[in-house]
Amino acid sequence: MSAGRPLLIPSPRTTPTTPQTPSIPTFADLPKPSSGDSKPVSTMESNITSDNPSGIEFHHNSSSRRSISSHQSKTSSTNSVKEGISADSGSKRTRQGSHGADSEFMSMSQREINEEDARLVYINDPDRTNEKYEFTGNSIRTAKYSIITFLPRNLFEQFHRVAYIYFLVIAILNQLPQLAVFGRGASIMPLAFVLLVTAIKDAYEDWRRHRADRIENNRLASIFVNGQFQQKKWKDIRVGEIIKIRANDTLPCDMVLLSTSDPTGVAYVQTINLDGESNLKTRYAKQETLSKVPEKEKISGLIKCEKPNRNIYGFQANMEFEGKRLSLGPSNIILRGCELKNTAWALGVVVYAGRETKAMLNNAGAPSKRSSLETRMNLEIIVLSLFLIALCTVVSILAGVWLKRHKDELNIIPFYLKKDYTDVPPDGPEDYNYYGWGMEIFLTFLMAVIVFQIMIPISLYISMELVRVGQSYFMIRDKNMYDETTNARFQCRALNINEDLGQIKYVFSDKTGTLTENKMEFQCASIWGVDYSGGEANSHIDVVGNPVELDGKTLRPKMAVKVHPKLLQLTKGGKDSPEGKHVHDFFLALASCNTLVPFFVDTSDPVVKLIDYQGESPDEQALAYAAAAYGFTLIERTSGHIVIDIQGERQRFNVLGLHEFDSDRKRMSVILGFPDKTVKVFVKGADTTMFSVIDRSLEKNVIHATEQHLHAYSCLGLRTLVVAMRELSSSEFEQWHRAFEAASAALMGRAASLRKVASNVENHLCVLGASAIEDKLQQGVPEAIESLRTAAIKVWVLTGDKQETAISIGYSSKLLTSNMTQIVINSNSKQSCKKSLEDGILMSTKLTTQSSFMNNTGGNSVAAVTSLALIIDGTSLVYVLDSELEEQLFKLASKCSVVLCCRVAPLQKAGIVALVKKRTSDLTLAIGDGANDVSMIQMADVGVGITGQEGRQAVMASDFAMGQFSFLVPLLLVHGHWNYQRMAYMILYNFYRNAVFVFVLFWYVLFTCFTLTTAVTEWSSMLYSIIYTSFPTIVVGILDKDLSRRTLLKFPQLYGAGQRQESYSTKLFWLTMMDTIWQSVAIFWIPLFAYRRTTIDISSLGDLWTIAAVVVVNLHLAMDVIRWTWVTHAAIWGSIIATCICVIIIDALPFLFGYWAIFHIGKTAAFWLCLLIIVVAALIPRFVAKVIYQYYSPCDIQIARAAEKYGNFRERELEIEMNPITEPQRR
Amino acid sequence: MAARGETSSAGGNDAAQDPFPSAQKMSKRPKSKQLGFQFTQQELPACKPILTPGWVITAFILVGVVFIPIGLASLLASKRVVEIVDRYDEDCIPQSFKNKTLSYIQDDKTNKTCTRSLVVPKQMKSPIYVYYQLSNFYQNHRRYVKSRSDEQLRSKDGERKTNTCEPEAFAGDKGPIVPCGLIAWSLFNDTYKFSVNDTVLDVNKNNIAWDSDRKHKFGSDVYPKNFQSGGLIGGATLDSSIPLSEQEDLIVWMRTAALPTFRKLYGKIEVDLEVNKTITVTIQNNYNTYDFGGKKHLVLSTASWIGGKNDFLGVAYLAVGGICLFLAIAFILVYVLVPRPLGDPSYLSWNRNPAGR
Repeated sequence: MSAGRPLLIPSPRTTPTTPQTPSIPTFADLPKPSSGDSKPVSTMESNITSDNPSGIEFHHNSSSRRSISSHQSKTSSTNSVKEGISADSGSKRTRQGSHGADSEFMSMSQREINEEDARLVYINDPDRTNEKYEFTGNSIRTAKYSIITFLPRNLFEQFHRVAYIYFLVIAILNQLPQLAVFGRGASIMPLAFVLLVTAIKDAYEDWRRHRADRIENNRLASIFVNGQFQQKKWKDIRVGEIIKIRANDTLPCDMVLLSTSDPTGVAYVQTINLDGESNLKTRYAKQETLSKVPEKEKISGLIKCEKPNRNIYGFQANMEFEGKRLSLGPSNIILRGCELKNTAWALGVVVYAGRETKAMLNNAGAPSKRSSLETRMNLEIIVLSLFLIALCTVVSILAGVWLKRHKDELNIIPFYLKKDYTDVPPDGPEDYNYYGWGMEIFLTFLMAVIVFQIMIPISLYISMELVRVGQSYFMIRDKNMYDETTNARFQCRALNINEDLGQIKYVFSDKTGTLTENKMEFQCASIWGVDYSGGEANSHIDVVGNPVELDGKTLRPKMAVKVHPKLLQLTKGGKDSPEGKHVHDFFLALASCNTLVPFFVDTSDPVVKLIDYQGESPDEQALAYAAAAYGFTLIERTSGHIVIDIQGERQRFNVLGLHEFDSDRKRMSVILGFPDKTVKVFVKGADTTMFSVIDRSLEKNVIHATEQHLHAYSCLGLRTLVVAMRELSSSEFEQWHRAFEAASAALMGRAASLRKVASNVENHLCVLGASAIEDKLQQGVPEAIESLRTAAIKVWVLTGDKQETAISIGYSSKLLTSNMTQIVINSNSKQSCKKSLEDGILMSTKLTTQSSFMNNTGGNSVAAVTSLALIIDGTSLVYVLDSELEEQLFKLASKCSVVLCCRVAPLQKAGIVALVKKRTSDLTLAIGDGANDVSMIQMADVGVGITGQEGRQAVMASDFAMGQFSFLVPLLLVHGHWNYQRMAYMILYNFYRNAVFVFVLFWYVLFTCFTLTTAVTEWSSMLYSIIYTSFPTIVVGILDKDLSRRTLLKFPQLYGAGQRQESYSTKLFWLTMMDTIWQSVAIFWIPLFAYRRTTIDISSLGDLWTIAAVVVVNLHLAMDVIRWTWVTHAAIWGSIIATCICVIIIDALPFLFGYWAIFHIGKTAAFWLCLLIIVVAALIPRFVAKVIYQYYSPCDIQIARAAEKYGNFRERELEIEMNPITEPQRR
Repeated sequence: MAARGETSSAGGNDAAQDPFPSAQKMSKRPKSKQLGFQFTQQELPACKPILTPGWVITAFILVGVVFIPIGLASLLASKRVVEIVDRYDEDCIPQSFKNKTLSYIQDDKTNKTCTRSLVVPKQMKSPIYVYYQLSNFYQNHRRYVKSRSDEQLRSKDGERKTNTCEPEAFAGDKGPIVPCGLIAWSLFNDTYKFSVNDTVLDVNKNNIAWDSDRKHKFGSDVYPKNFQSGGLIGGATLDSSIPLSEQEDLIVWMRTAALPTFRKLYGKIEVDLEVNKTITVTIQNNYNTYDFGGKKHLVLSTASWIGGKNDFLGVAYLAVGGICLFLAIAFILVYVLVPRPLGDPSYLSWNRNPAGR
């Protein structure tokens, strides 16, 4: 269970820490990093020592609790050192450092930066900065090659392929004079051609990268030079320079913020290019540097920071500025590729430039996987190699026998003349070019290998690549996989596994953001034990929220929310009634207990502005909009206070502390100082963790009612959050405040200390109520799942949600249906797990025997199939995975048509995929959108990323990326099907076409004393697999369609052809080979008999064989083409014509052996008669077999094709509605 | 065979039928660029032929109907060809040398003249082609085929380019052999003289080689030199005063045969030969095929449009045509006896047996 690449998870969530006493002294006198509010520093100094011991204890806890990620934490400590040293070796190390969240550790463990490892950046003094250290300039190079390095490097990369080495060895063998079967030029040509095509492809791609680099490098930025800001090209930016960024500019490099237009030094950045998150993030300038203006006074200082690394969430540095040492953290740096938003300008100093920026270091290449078809193909390649060896052995043995039998005559046989008689030395004539019997056999063998080399089709590899490029192009351009809402095209990130899409048997899907939209909508709430939902559903009205007046402008929330009229009335009624008070507190909690920042967006109406809540969690946004709808509008947030408009009355609350959400606590809290000097803590979080911190002695009936409501909500598939609060006494507050200050200033293990502080205050809470948010299903999800299921694809949903939520989503997405038998495994120990698994298996066997019995008795078979659904939760999976129960789980799961895993951790997702992958050869596909799906996506044979709300990590790890889950249907059923059919056919065809030619050559060898003379000219035999026959197969491989999109979508069952490997199997391979032998016999022997005892010469007969072979092979392809577009016509007929032209050119060159032969033989009637009968005779068996096969046992594809053509489907269209999945999302 | 269904939806009236009008908008191409749009959506208009019974039967009948006449015609043409084949290698060895053929043939002094009588079985119209036929002679042997220098043959300048000609490249110190190589060295040197009733039949040895070879491959300024001067004489000698482009026997010989049994044109008799006439052939039996068991035949043959006497093509055409007709009939019977509708969705595997999978 190792994740292939690091999971880029924000550092506070996964912080593998080591218990180590913090090295306080150097930093003790520094103000704490300005992430919190700006409280005086003095309090912390006294407390820091007293608080730390507990912090250490916590480290122990956290590391033991995180046993699941122990792999990561173990490696991280060793890797962190390596990281620092090898960090600047560029793109190569992006793979090397793939063992875990390595550099995070480095950044968090706040050790004194090692002098040797640190990079020193003198602010505003680039010359001094760069004098000693060779920092890279800011010019970037994503291109792989330069003009000089292109040839050697490209060749080196290409020869990584074994097949190419084989052909290189053969080409080299052919250069030996004893073995020179072909002319030197001719023998190198095929390899050279393949290399050339690949090189051209690479060169083109690289040229595009060069161009993009050039554009990027020549963009302008404003740099402080010689006392003023000047426009400078990006590539000329140097480390140490001061740079000014204006609003909506893209950062050209990684810079430490010095000051911003905001007086508090806040800058908002959008990191969409970096991690895909579209919300704004805040970055801070240090207080000390805030007021400095470079034009007026000289800024100087020294930044000591860590070596470049790829952790975009970590940064560790300190700055010596005006005699003070300031600590810098991730919130002080803006990375290349980010955009400055809502901030007029920002000033910063360049610390990393060019390829040392974190964005460039994170530019990992696409994952390389190998398709299963290609793996299978290797088996047949081995068979072909055996064929090759067999042919060569036969030839060399026969040659040996012939030499033995004519041993005595060899000297004088006119066509052998072993001895050289022209210049006879005294001791008798010497042997000429004869190396003894054994050696002759050996040489014959090698020569045979050279002659028959194309038995292993070199052009197949290049054809496959080109075909995949073409297929990818079509997938990318498919309008049915274009997401309008996010403007996202389909992306092919892996080029090698297109055809795997046609053979998927298991789909593992994430739920949130994949099946659902991850756009949360507030649905209902339970406040103080009263359920405000349902019943009056019709009376719900959409309210945009109370317009708020501010500076003469009307502000209104961006999103409309359905409100409950009664609840609305209560909120309007104020907090005088006891009910009203709780409602008031509840919505105050919703409006305040979050990390959202309100932004005002201009509308067409100059006096109306829209409030846009920017934040990381969609749940929070939904809650804030809901609060606004009920009259609690958050209108301002700074680090120190928030302003909430409560029913038109503006109130200001001091934010005394904020404990951010983390996945261990599963809750967040905010401590508010009320205008009336009271201090309250508001907490919201997941029910499981909330009820453990709620004071159960208070208001038992409210807690009970809330629990019931929670259950009801989750049964409806709603996401629930529990809200609670507590008033803090002043002593409590003081105590907390000190601890909080100390923890947030801690230099080591800050996150863990904060967590502990938070858990101290988050207790004895009083429950306020619960909110329910609907995570809406994506459009077309139920239909898509139904299609996939009809296509015999098993859909497993792996979600972190509660079991009830998961089941209800399962129903709404049609994953579960009412006639399914559910097996629920929900155990707390290994024993009970085992038992429930055994029960499940028993039940499933009973059900299957029942249904088969019913089938046998001839009952209505449709109703007889009872499908099973397995629902298992994460706790049970802990006991099942990595134990002997795995086998049983698989046995059970393979009988179930639906598997639903809830409450699973990211690594468990990968574990489940691995469970299936280990035990079957069936192909698996994982689809997800978030960082928690990365491990699963990498584990599965095919990984699909959804470009959704949760960032780009899933996309970066995926092989294919797309906008919506429902695109899976066209991707698999249409493109996957086509890709598989095309590729499978192409591989078989390539084997066939080369083998035919080799056999023709082989038959002739039997008539030349086994000496490997080829009648076909060497040029033709080299061009055969390049010009004569390769183009049509590529065109057919890209363009041919066995069935139309419409049919494939209407009958998802047709997908089964790929799952059953109908188009490429060992049986088909051998049938093809038999056909190959027959065709080669027809091609060779018909002219042989026709020209027996005539004056026919080698070249003429060779030309006949060449043309016959090419025509037969191309017509064979033509026979199998299903859709004849003009491109296909051009390719096939063009190839035949091109062959004739080539043969004519070759025969028109007087220095070649076969001069004018084609013109002589072309004049005779016998030539044309031979050609005609060869073609017919060669193709008849295949044709007849095809007809008989299609007539007697047509496969589904053939029936569907005929039906498509004769419109049989059309008549039924009224009955079977067009599958609505194909329709893209429209709003 | 027009493509229905899909093509129509991809074609013109997409505004009405296209369920994705909004997607079309996003595509950068306006509607005028229909072709590009069809291409990227893989909806190019296409013809989708299907093997219907009608097509299959028609195809087979067509092949049969075309092939059988062709077969008959070529068989007829082959039958019309009159061919006299006479193996003389064994008979031309005097009785006393029967067991030591090699010493007979290698000895310069033995009398190699041999007389054969051939009877014309049918009237032979001129031109009558005279061939010699060698068997078991591997003119396509790798060593042999390569042993020539086309450059040397083509022009005087290439005289010394003999590196491909070993072991017959240089005659010691005398310089390069022209024409060099095994092929030229082993030039066939039996000669035939024909007479009917003591009247000599002229054999026209002009234009027996390919024009292209004479004009472009064999130079008119290249004269034989040092030919057959080595320790072992392989075959005929050449008149060193005649340029290679006029040495037609050599040119014919050097067009190496494709198969181990081959004929080479010796000349043409340009008079008709009446039936039952006896032709007397005087053969100079010089060429040594005895050491490798090669047979020598003398062949007189007329020609037809199909070439020489060879029934194979005719028979093959008849056979293939016959098979096709048979298949056509067989398929007609099958379709009549066991008809099944094409493309009936009820035949789809899941419709036939829904519980199957």
